[in-house]
Amino acid sequence: MSATRTPRTGRPTSRPGRAAAHRLALLESMLRVRRFEERCVELYSAARIRGFMHLYIGEEAVAAGVNEALTDEDAVVSTYREHGHALARGVPAEAIMAEMFGKVTGCSRGRGGSMHLFDVSRRFYGGNAIVGGGLPLAAGLALADRMTDRDRVTCCFFGDGAFAEGEFHETANLAALWGLPLLLVCENNLYAMGTALARHQAQTDLALRAAGYGMVAWAVDGMDVLAVEEAARRAAEGVRAGGGPHFLEMRTYRFRAHSMYDSDRYRDKTEIEQWKERDPVEGLARRLREAGELSDEARTALEDRLAAEIDAAVRAADQAPEEPIEDLLKYVTSPVKASRP
Amino acid sequence: MTTTHSRTAGPAGSSEPTAPAAPAARKTTYREAMREAMREAMRADERVFLMGEDVGRYGGCFGVSLGLLEEFGPERVRDAPLSESAFVGTGIGAALAGLRPIVEIMTVNFSLLALDQILNNAATLLHMSGGQLPVPLVIRMTTGAGRQLAAQHSHSLENWYAHIPGLRVLAPATLTDARCVLAPALADPDPVLIFEHGSLYNVSGDLPADPGPVDLDHAAVRRPGTDVSLITYGGSLPKALAAADDLAADGIGAEVVDLRTLRPLDDATVGGSVARTHRAVVVDEGWRTGSLAAEISARLTEQHFYDLDAPVERVCSAEVPMPYARRLEQAALPQADAITAAARRTLGEVGEEPG
Ligand SMILES: Cc1ncc(C[n+]2csc(CCOP(=O)(O)OP(=O)(O)O)c2C)c(N)n1
Ligand SMILES: [Mg+2]
Repeated sequence: MSATRTPRTGRPTSRPGRAAAHRLALLESMLRVRRFEERCVELYSAARIRGFMHLYIGEEAVAAGVNEALTDEDAVVSTYREHGHALARGVPAEAIMAEMFGKVTGCSRGRGGSMHLFDVSRRFYGGNAIVGGGLPLAAGLALADRMTDRDRVTCCFFGDGAFAEGEFHETANLAALWGLPLLLVCENNLYAMGTALARHQAQTDLALRAAGYGMVAWAVDGMDVLAVEEAARRAAEGVRAGGGPHFLEMRTYRFRAHSMYDSDRYRDKTEIEQWKERDPVEGLARRLREAGELSDEARTALEDRLAAEIDAAVRAADQAPEEPIEDLLKYVTSPVKASRP
Repeated sequence: MTTTHSRTAGPAGSSEPTAPAAPAARKTTYREAMREAMREAMRADERVFLMGEDVGRYGGCFGVSLGLLEEFGPERVRDAPLSESAFVGTGIGAALAGLRPIVEIMTVNFSLLALDQILNNAATLLHMSGGQLPVPLVIRMTTGAGRQLAAQHSHSLENWYAHIPGLRVLAPATLTDARCVLAPALADPDPVLIFEHGSLYNVSGDLPADPGPVDLDHAAVRRPGTDVSLITYGGSLPKALAAADDLAADGIGAEVVDLRTLRPLDDATVGGSVARTHRAVVVDEGWRTGSLAAEISARLTEQHFYDLDAPVERVCSAEVPMPYARRLEQAALPQADAITAAARRTLGEVGEEPG
């Protein structure tokens, strides 16, 4: 990949001032997810948010970095652990919070909850809680682009657990066979619920196996947002250049339990502590501080701004109306039926 | 309805409305009618394409798409790998992105490998996204027994799909319906499943030159009658019509209702018929327990209890995986004589008890 090629999105990283601003923007993007989810935990404990909720804390570098490689025209397909993907994509915190409160102003009008965030205006196609279930759908979005000659990438996030599903393998083969413009981002956080990678994959080098389908594939340090961004840009460029599906194994880790129901008995606390030393958010903040790009005042100002943003989101979600019961059956089928001739 | 039935004209061809003034009806088969519908749809709309296992070079496992690859090329007639979940899900994604895919699954049995995509995505995305994601997808598949294909290629599971809110489920049983349901199915903004009974593909008959639009919201009365309603769909329609012939020979007027759309059910047409005849026999190739016939029977007792002069009868498949041996297979399936006997029972005539 040529280093001089102008990136299609994000802020150009050529000039030093711009580059620093870009790094700050990445920090902000990750920190928004972190603080948003910390608030979610409080709201969950207060029973304001219900249902299954899966936190992304620890994995923020993946969503923030990959998003830099995508344009507004591209599409994103995600999982149930998708607060970070949605926020990075630009889905407003308010719409996500309202969704988790079950409100009509939620990004899925209260029909989805935490696991099913959708925002078609941002080409954010959810929010799929069937492990592996989003992959075929992402292939279809990519196929449509191929068939209509549109220069777009569809990015699909999924976990290491999904790598064991038939839907992954079916889709990998089909997408490679048909050369689909698909960016496959496997978030390998070393666990599928309570089952460690080595206990659910015969060969744990996932990039190696993906390459077996004839795709370009490599593993990336998913705790380093700059490494993630660079890899995602290269992969997305490869896809845009007609190189077919590209696969990135993002080596990452979730700091919190699988879901709010999980008491996290299956892993060693020291393991968690070791990974926390590689915290993607604080890691970048430290680098910026050391480079003189982030002052203590600037950090405080950023924190205040995010806290205010999240406060506003919670307040708005709180005050938003609920969908009337009369609308229970809305959206089961489309309102205007064209079936009658 | 001007439908008439003459036994000599052949099982399904005979069930077509006869329009004496219609210009130049032509001979065709159910298979060709379905192919013609796809050809027309693909000529009319660039967004329409066909995808599935062996739909291209092989011509479709039942020959339905034969010749389409030659006309439309491999981009629009796509041979998919043996990955039911992936290519059905790919159809869903392509539909979301503005195309109008027709996905062919070889048989309903194999559709179970794509059940996740059909239920958890196609049927669900519109609602789960708060109205943002309609899925204008058509899935066609073969269903049913009668060809000695044994227990993994013969079952009638369309009722399972008819259980699912968000889907429209069609079972074209006549040449006209085979020719005419696809266009409105493609125009539907939501997912439509089309079940083609394997025994119908070779049925031949006259297709009116201009068969006209088919109304997917309504069942069709294929033969009028005043004494008993035979309510059925798909591959069982020819059997019900044959039973109606037998009954007519004894002076019993059986009205034959073809559901055509299995979801949503047309209660008004079914109920209207029963309100006239006061007796109902539901014929369904699915297993009796939890069948579509059970659903219709329940609706009739809910909505027409006081119209009924006799308990609703059901003629369904025996509760057994479909056996291979011809005698056994035929014994497991609804047959005209069982329908006739059930009809007679509703009229208080002596007959065999239901199995
Ligand atoms: C098809 C399916 N099987 C099982 C589950 C239950 N389940 C939810 S998340 C999960 C683990 C998935 O692990 P992974 O793909 O690594 O994603 P992660 O949760 O680590 O982000 C399981 C088993 C499910 N939702 N869907
Ligand atoms: Mg995992």
